Amino acid sequence: MKFVEEFKKSFFISLGLILLTFPIMVIQVNTIENVVVWRWRNLIFVGLGGFILSFFWLLFQKKKGDAIAQAPAGHSRLHRIMDEPRLYRPALIIIAFCALIFPFVFSHYQVNIMTTALIYVMLGLGLNIEVGLAGLLDLGYVAFYAVGAYSYALLNYHFGLGFWSALPVGACLAAFAGILVGFPVLRLRGDYLAIVTLAFAEIIRLVLENWNEFSFGPSGISNIPRPGFFGIKLTPEQSAIYMYFLLILMCIFTIFVIHRLQHSRIGRAWVALREDELACQAMGIDKTKAKLAAFALGATWAGMAGVLFAAKTTFINPASFTFLESAMILSIVVLGGMGSVVGVVIAALALILIPEYLRVFSDYRMLLFGAALIIMMVFRPQGILADRRKKYEFHKLQSGEGN
Amino acid sequence: MNFFWDLFLGGITRGSIYALIALGYTMVYGILELINFAHGEIYMIGAFTALIVASILTMHGLTGISVLLLATIIAVLYSSAYGFSVEKIAYKPLRQAPRLSPLISAIGMSIFLQNYIMLAQTSDFLPFPDLLQEFELPEIIAEWIAPSEFMIIFTAAVLMICLTLVLKFTKMGKAMRAVAQDREMAMLLGINVNRIISRTFIIGSALAAIGGVLIGSHTGRINFYIGFAAGIKAFTAAVLGGIGSIPGAMLGGLVLGLTESFATGYVSSDYENVFAFALLILILIFKPEGILGRSSQQKV
Repeated sequence: MKFVEEFKKSFFISLGLILLTFPIMVIQVNTIENVVVWRWRNLIFVGLGGFILSFFWLLFQKKKGDAIAQAPAGHSRLHRIMDEPRLYRPALIIIAFCALIFPFVFSHYQVNIMTTALIYVMLGLGLNIEVGLAGLLDLGYVAFYAVGAYSYALLNYHFGLGFWSALPVGACLAAFAGILVGFPVLRLRGDYLAIVTLAFAEIIRLVLENWNEFSFGPSGISNIPRPGFFGIKLTPEQSAIYMYFLLILMCIFTIFVIHRLQHSRIGRAWVALREDELACQAMGIDKTKAKLAAFALGATWAGMAGVLFAAKTTFINPASFTFLESAMILSIVVLGGMGSVVGVVIAALALILIPEYLRVFSDYRMLLFGAALIIMMVFRPQGILADRRKKYEFHKLQSGEGN
Repeated sequence: MNFFWDLFLGGITRGSIYALIALGYTMVYGILELINFAHGEIYMIGAFTALIVASILTMHGLTGISVLLLATIIAVLYSSAYGFSVEKIAYKPLRQAPRLSPLISAIGMSIFLQNYIMLAQTSDFLPFPDLLQEFELPEIIAEWIAPSEFMIIFTAAVLMICLTLVLKFTKMGKAMRAVAQDREMAMLLGINVNRIISRTFIIGSALAAIGGVLIGSHTGRINFYIGFAAGIKAFTAAVLGGIGSIPGAMLGGLVLGLTESFATGYVSSDYENVFAFALLILILIFKPEGILGRSSQQKV
């Protein structure tokens, strides 16, 4: 009997959980009609769920301890596939083909969902520069997203600026906002940065909500035009497909830029900064400059995603830019693997598409995201697909045997 | 003058609650160097538990102080249990991990608890019974201050004095201070660090729960989201006073409460939270060590 210990432990843990969750899960009071609803059935769910979860929790924790004792983790199977040109080239071609025919096979609705997911891919990749590469925990990423979206909406409303001119303007404004926040706070330690960015995002949202003359308050801005296609009028279906391809292009562009950045001088400086700030400074890297660059670049992508979002939905209001949105983007980065481009893309698609298609999950979405953040940190802090450093290795020349 | 006095009292009342929650932040930060994002949620759970218990008790015919006391005790017990479990699940396995990991796991915990309450209870505002109105104050005091405000300020003051005494004079308090100063050295001297950390979480959560009960009956309504704003504000209070410092948290809470109260009274009430958050950013930029904190040098 191998698991007796775990069985016993998880039994007691589930008992504890039943006690712990009793008032919240079982009792529901209606203070207006003075009725108490006792939901005893939930008790069974909590007990069973708690038992199973804690059993696996303990099991994995034991396994994790063993794994660390044994050997450092080697390359995963996915990495091996990605290293083998014979395997990944056809895979890439298949993915490209699927992406190409997707809007013509599936309905208008599916294309719209996919476009949303692609916006999140961009957001995830952008935040990945800040959190994944440079290790700057930004809990207010959605503020830059809002800056992008509102700059397109407002510029269009007041000056009639089109999508293509608003895209770079929105990106620049977001980058400017990034520098504005980043400049004073980047001297702070990591966890202070997190809370300052969170506060900043809340300020932006509250201002957008309350400053009616500027942002039209909670009712938001509607009738934002979709991007034009060389002056040709498009039907809503056509423009959805156009939006989709636009986002595919933007995502490819993003991936390309990040891939180039990752192994550049600044990219390596970011990784060094993430690993050890003091050592990094001692190596002569300008800390403030590197951090500001990461912040500004991350914000740029959020700004572009914001412009695209405004153009896609044609309506924005402050409710789209709450802390939950930041939390979701952060979950994407953490689940995907901090610093890993492929991981973030997979995680973004999974996290947006799964709740969309499995409606059962959509109520529990944020609950599961929260749980996933904890579980990932405890068991697999490197994410589903870990980032790997580029290594330079020396191989001894195979000269004659013996000497 | 009357308006000023009202704002002043409102500020002190709010500030006392912020200070109660901020104590939890500051104690945990002092020991683990971790922003316990889930702390605001613990406070919210305390308020919810108290609401449930108080409603059941009133339906069974109890009134007055007995309801308040029972509801508070049960809320404190449950919140402490939640605080204890949160630490065991989300932070303890990450003691040796890089700094970013426990922070992310703390955010995950906060989101999880919020949605747990929302799904298990309701996403609407629930009316909270006014448990503090029952007290009758002597007439000289009652002219100046409402009973609920008086109770909040009085309770908070008593709790803070108790906490200070516990930390100063008991063996546990001594051990806590030792762990906060140097965890490894404390371990070498035979202090059970894990137990001390658990107790810190329990004490912090208990204070937050009392804060939750008090604010619930003061404002008269709660929902699953109250922990979020209160959490950031309490953290602001902790930073304002100097994080890691107990008297700092109290002072910070009061300063923040007064600032907020006067700003909403004299400037604009739409931007209530903006003032607090802006204050947070300003302090972190200009005086990150806070009013009573010591500036710390980072070492290798």
